[in-house]
Amino acid sequence: MTTATDINTAYEAPPRTEVGVLGWLKHHLFGSWFDTILTILSLGLLYVVLVPSMRWAVTKANWRAITTNILILIHGPYPQTQNYRVFIAIGLLVVMGSVSLFIYRGENVRGRRTMTIIWAVSPFFIWYLLAGFKGSSFLPLIEYSKWGGLLLSFILAIFGILASFPIGVLLALGRQSDMPIIKWMSTVYIEVVRGVPFITVLFMAQVMLPLILPPDVRVAGMFRAMVATALFSAAYLAENVRGGLQAIPRGQYEAADALGLSTFQQMYFIIMPQALRTVIPPIVGQFIGLFKDTSLVAIVGLLDFLNVSQSILSQAGFLGAQKEVYLFAALVYFVFSFAMSSASIRLEKQLGVGQR
Amino acid sequence: MRKVMIALTVLVLFTILAACSQPKVEEVKSNEAAAASTTQEEPAAAPAPAAQATESRLDTVRKRGKLICGGNKNLAGFGVLASDGSFSGFDIDYCRAIAVAIFGKADDSTLEIRPLTASDRPIALQTNEIDVLVRNTTYTLSRDTEWSANFGPTTFYDGQGMMVRKDSGIEKLEDMEGASICVQTGTTTELNLADQMALRGINYTPKVFPDAPSTLAAFQAGNCDGFTTDKSGLISQKQELDDPAAFQILGVTMSKEPLGPAYAHGDDQWADIVDWTVYCTFSAEEFGVTSANVDDIAKTAEDPNIRRMLGVEGELGKGLGLDNDFCANIIREMGNYEEIYNRNLGPDTAFSVPRGLNSLWTDGGLLYSPPFR
Repeated sequence: MTTATDINTAYEAPPRTEVGVLGWLKHHLFGSWFDTILTILSLGLLYVVLVPSMRWAVTKANWRAITTNILILIHGPYPQTQNYRVFIAIGLLVVMGSVSLFIYRGENVRGRRTMTIIWAVSPFFIWYLLAGFKGSSFLPLIEYSKWGGLLLSFILAIFGILASFPIGVLLALGRQSDMPIIKWMSTVYIEVVRGVPFITVLFMAQVMLPLILPPDVRVAGMFRAMVATALFSAAYLAENVRGGLQAIPRGQYEAADALGLSTFQQMYFIIMPQALRTVIPPIVGQFIGLFKDTSLVAIVGLLDFLNVSQSILSQAGFLGAQKEVYLFAALVYFVFSFAMSSASIRLEKQLGVGQR
Repeated sequence: MRKVMIALTVLVLFTILAACSQPKVEEVKSNEAAAASTTQEEPAAAPAPAAQATESRLDTVRKRGKLICGGNKNLAGFGVLASDGSFSGFDIDYCRAIAVAIFGKADDSTLEIRPLTASDRPIALQTNEIDVLVRNTTYTLSRDTEWSANFGPTTFYDGQGMMVRKDSGIEKLEDMEGASICVQTGTTTELNLADQMALRGINYTPKVFPDAPSTLAAFQAGNCDGFTTDKSGLISQKQELDDPAAFQILGVTMSKEPLGPAYAHGDDQWADIVDWTVYCTFSAEEFGVTSANVDDIAKTAEDPNIRRMLGVEGELGKGLGLDNDFCANIIREMGNYEEIYNRNLGPDTAFSVPRGLNSLWTDGGLLYSPPFR
């Protein structure tokens, strides 16, 4: 009878350089002389770049430029006596997000339906929480011109994403349609919008619109930017979705026809679920781009996150704080873009994109 | 999968409904309110002829309950978004002063600052999106005509200056023969530099950059011998350099840049209100009236000029359509010109801009108020 100890002594343990950290290092970083040179070069480069940056960040950088202004970075000139409303909204979204992670992964149909309804109602709730009511002492009205910072960037991005999605899908279907007028109009819209830079659309909305509208109609700059963002994004989304539609084999349409489904049923049950799943990566890529593009509204004078960051540089105490402020802004954009990207990879895995 | 699709669609549709309906509801409400109030008031004000049907700007502002002032949020000392979320600066203080003149106080309920970019300015004025523009705007003939705007009294006399390294040995423009000069492209500064150097017969190499920070960065890096922009800008941008003491601003002033408030054509009463708000701050400094002593002086002053200015005597304020003590209110809330200047640009600030031309006429400057009588 051999015991466990016998086995361990009978076979010699692998050499220490082949397993654990050392093994990993040997196989991945110092596998060949070429790898070794690359590794040493990369480490050298990292040292040259990172060490001075870190030294600057820890010793020289004036991070008070960020800490003093953290509130206006989050919500711009939104009155600070009322800003608990912003934080309640953020807290609510975080809670809803974390709860959703569990609910939508589980199989509890009732729970999922409830959660969906909560998500559908929450935009109204949050909107009124932030905007308030005229003459109310509990939730006084906060004018839209006072919404700024990250809050404004998010409103623009979220509205742009949510509103451009259905419009984009409709435009994509319209472009594929057999009805000539619809096809023609969709195509013209898509091509015209894709043919102009976003900044010109923003300028049109901010600068030209007041000239066209009657003088007593005032639309807050935020709404003009929201609509411009959504309409612009829709054209690009339409083309992404069209790509998905074209990836669906002819046979799927024919099978749906053979089953006697109406065009709507065919699209809703057969084509769209497959087409949209195919194009998740480009759509998420587009939405990440959209989120970053919201920083362009700074040019038309809206106080979004980037614009507030820049205005910090004019405050008497922080005149030379470009490095700190722009580094922080880049970090914030990166964190949220990366989060969106990771979320999309999760979604792709769940839906099995690339495996079917 | 299907459930997720349905859920998504529902969510998306609801959100769009929410987002689309919300602004409209708000607008309709405010329009209704506006319509209701006009229909209520106009019969009372006697059936006016068509020419008077457009209400005066003052009435519009009063009815709205707040002044909308176009300002800057990116110019140190003049218009800045402060860390408490409010706007502050020299120009912003003049927005405040106008709101005080009309409503007696300047806070969130009576004043809205609308930060504008340089290119937004004329359109915001022409479309009446703002009541008055106080955004470091140089008064020029073409702006006066092409913007359909008029300019109030100049609140700050600026002018283009030149910054050089102290150890460069450059003391005046004539020393800059063959030098390279960093300048922001597309600005009047660039054109003016060319004019001034040609006038003096000095050869130089302009190095142009698209925006202010990159221009300054190039100068800091030693790419040019000189750096030119408006003096007020030079003074604040000097503080951004790593070693401000190593640089100096030459005494020469290469252009005239009078900065002041602007308002749209067509309402002379409104123009008067803005103008006399500015003159009030000039006169107050001239008479030594400050925010600290204005109430005492109003009680004790014997000089009829001061008594008229503060509304103790005469009906001057009423003539503008304002409260008779509008000027006393401005001084109490905002202070006189000197107080406004020192608060934003004076020796206790990071900028410490010398008064120079922006002194009272009695001190050799250009600030001169017509008499309050």
